[in-house]
Amino acid sequence: MTAQGSRRVLAEFAYEVPPVERGYTNQTLYVNLSDNTITAKPVTEEMKEKFIGGRGFGLWLLWHAVKDDTKWNDPENEIIISSGPCGGITQYPGSGKSLVVTISPLTDIPIDSNVGGHFGPLLKFSGWDALEIQGKAEKDVIVVIDGQNGRVTIEEADGVPVDSHLVGHWLIEEMAEKEEDRYFMSVVAAGSGAEHTRIGCLNFSFYDRRRKAPRFKQAGRGGIGTVFRDKRIKAIVVKSPPVRGDSNRPADPERIARAGLRLHKEIHDYDDQQNRMRKRGTPYLVQIMDDYDLLPVHNFKFGSHPDTPKINGDVWEGRFSQGLPDGCWYGCTMSCSHAVDHYTVRTGPYKGQKVIVDGPEYETIAGVGSNCGIFDPDAILEINFYCDTYGIDTISFGTLTAFVMECYEAGILDKEKTGGLELRFGNADAAIELLHQMARGEGFGKIAGQGVRRMKEYFVKEFGADPQFVQDIGMEAKGLEYSEYVCKESLAQQGGYGLTNKGPQHDEAWLIFMDMVSNLLPTFEDKAEALHYFPMWRTWFGLCGFCKLPWNDIVPPDNAMTDEPAKIPAHVQNYVEIFSGVTGKEVTADDLITMSERVYNFQRVFNIRLGKGLREHDAVPYRSMGPVTVEEYESRAERYDKQLRELLGLDPEKMTTEEKLAALRKYREEQYEKLIDAVYARRGWTKDGVPTLETLKRLGIDYPDVVEVVKRHL
Amino acid sequence: MIRVNNRDEVEWEEGMTVSDLLERMRYTFPHIIVKVDGEVVPREEYPTRTIPDGADVRVIHLIAGG
Repeated sequence: MTAQGSRRVLAEFAYEVPPVERGYTNQTLYVNLSDNTITAKPVTEEMKEKFIGGRGFGLWLLWHAVKDDTKWNDPENEIIISSGPCGGITQYPGSGKSLVVTISPLTDIPIDSNVGGHFGPLLKFSGWDALEIQGKAEKDVIVVIDGQNGRVTIEEADGVPVDSHLVGHWLIEEMAEKEEDRYFMSVVAAGSGAEHTRIGCLNFSFYDRRRKAPRFKQAGRGGIGTVFRDKRIKAIVVKSPPVRGDSNRPADPERIARAGLRLHKEIHDYDDQQNRMRKRGTPYLVQIMDDYDLLPVHNFKFGSHPDTPKINGDVWEGRFSQGLPDGCWYGCTMSCSHAVDHYTVRTGPYKGQKVIVDGPEYETIAGVGSNCGIFDPDAILEINFYCDTYGIDTISFGTLTAFVMECYEAGILDKEKTGGLELRFGNADAAIELLHQMARGEGFGKIAGQGVRRMKEYFVKEFGADPQFVQDIGMEAKGLEYSEYVCKESLAQQGGYGLTNKGPQHDEAWLIFMDMVSNLLPTFEDKAEALHYFPMWRTWFGLCGFCKLPWNDIVPPDNAMTDEPAKIPAHVQNYVEIFSGVTGKEVTADDLITMSERVYNFQRVFNIRLGKGLREHDAVPYRSMGPVTVEEYESRAERYDKQLRELLGLDPEKMTTEEKLAALRKYREEQYEKLIDAVYARRGWTKDGVPTLETLKRLGIDYPDVVEVVKRHL
Repeated sequence: MIRVNNRDEVEWEEGMTVSDLLERMRYTFPHIIVKVDGEVVPREEYPTRTIPDGADVRVIHLIAGG
């Protein structure tokens, strides 16, 4: 873990660290790497009122930074990191998140990605509600925010390593003057894989006092790490004054503490009976998704596999080090950030080293595991470690590798085209080598690292692939790879993925159980209401600095008796109390939704401004709606035949499988179009997906430049 | 015959308990609410509460997902 590097200051900015007041410092930090400008910008009351913080601040700042034709690698594109007014409280679990916003190299529209680790809160306690980085450096740099001494520097970083686990260690050892400094430092880094692909992620560190090492959480989605390396940033470091229980200076600390106590008690009393987040974390979902035929297997062809018990939560509970306080922010008693210690790397440049592997989380297990037909925990750990340190998103890597494997098995690819990699389902060694190629910018890895959308075009043009087939099986929408749930049997979740702002990521809406299992959304209007409420509700976490997990991965025992148990009303009320308690502004549960609606509609208009964001851009691949191949249909023939009989009045006994596939497809594609109509109407959008002027006025975001974008499409 | 979630017809058996039904449906998710003919069944009664023939059973799954 040793590295040699040197730092040379290129630009310096001195500032007075302001006190935090009611969750805000009231200023943001602007850094331009093209001309080495560093300056402070005020946070206006309008920003706080309309955009709240986090993702809202990111989108607002980005809107004013870019032009209508800005691409991801133009200098004016920015990376903005912000937590939010509640980020940094230590009394309520899951209150340390950061939101990162940029124009994505995968989608060419704004991406927002949420991440744990300590950076966002420590940035605030160092005096800044957001960090806004624009421009491109000529040589590799690091940006240092020293909140202990009121100093921001851009520094040349000769010889400093690029891969996250190395640069994270190196910077903390280099910059910590005493042991306690390590606790209040956080590093943001990408890696060599982010340089050569469009699927780069960012790693956000937090210092693990028990393990005496930095650990990392990932802002995974949308290629933000790719933008980071394109700007020639190796790392951003924050060194904060010590964090105290009142560092966020809330208006009413006791109100927050009361809400926190309620949730701490629930977690203590019920987590072992419910999701076992403290022992397993998100891997508890692997077996459950398999049980409900929702676990992606072989590029989302199937929803379950007999080998799932080899990679389910039981396995990971045994592999994770137990009894450690694995919270990724102070005070989080849910503590689901588990890790495998002393893993011996078996391939690549770090072969033989013993490392900490953070995770794997559910999405990683399902993505690089079952979806690629890999049911070997060690292979999953190897891929997890390298994805993280190379700065590659495990979800995009898993989904695109599964796509490659299906193309290989369908004869579109062969060993000659892949440079010798036999990329069949289950071939972990080939998947790992593909990952190393991405980091080196070599061979087939360089092609695959462009993502599913660009691979589809490439395979058609260069290899003569059937355009319809690769479109049907390539699991991307808007250019972003799908996250790891099979949604064929849930129309609402097809919309939950397709009718998103940033692309198919489940953090907007996860409605499969409500829809497919519980049958609580039988009409289009019911589905549309859910596709209004839940995306708005989940958006709100990202405005304020909250993690979603403590909302619904633990529930109070009397939740079943409430009118709307799916919303977890007691926890919604906790958030009302906390937001009011932090900011001093009295709000209701409905107000939280309105806050999100403003930002969500603003983001939709932002997409339209950049040439996307219309109905045609909400199209999804057919693999997300239904069976594409005969093999898929026949694997669930009883289910599909029943639907043909009951929904379409057809007699499957008299039809070939191809005829049945065609009939089912026609029906399901029509259903999706009807769903779009219902959702757009509920959201206050036109039939083409454009927020109406009335919607913008109601939300108070009818700014002249926003209205101008919309008017072009009315 | 019993009806589950206002959609699925499930063959009834004498002495069938809530736990039996959950096992047959492979409903393994822990965050569920079970109602039999409109009445919420406490979790601790799942192994003993029998379901009458013709019952309207709702097994409401709360939201999951990462």
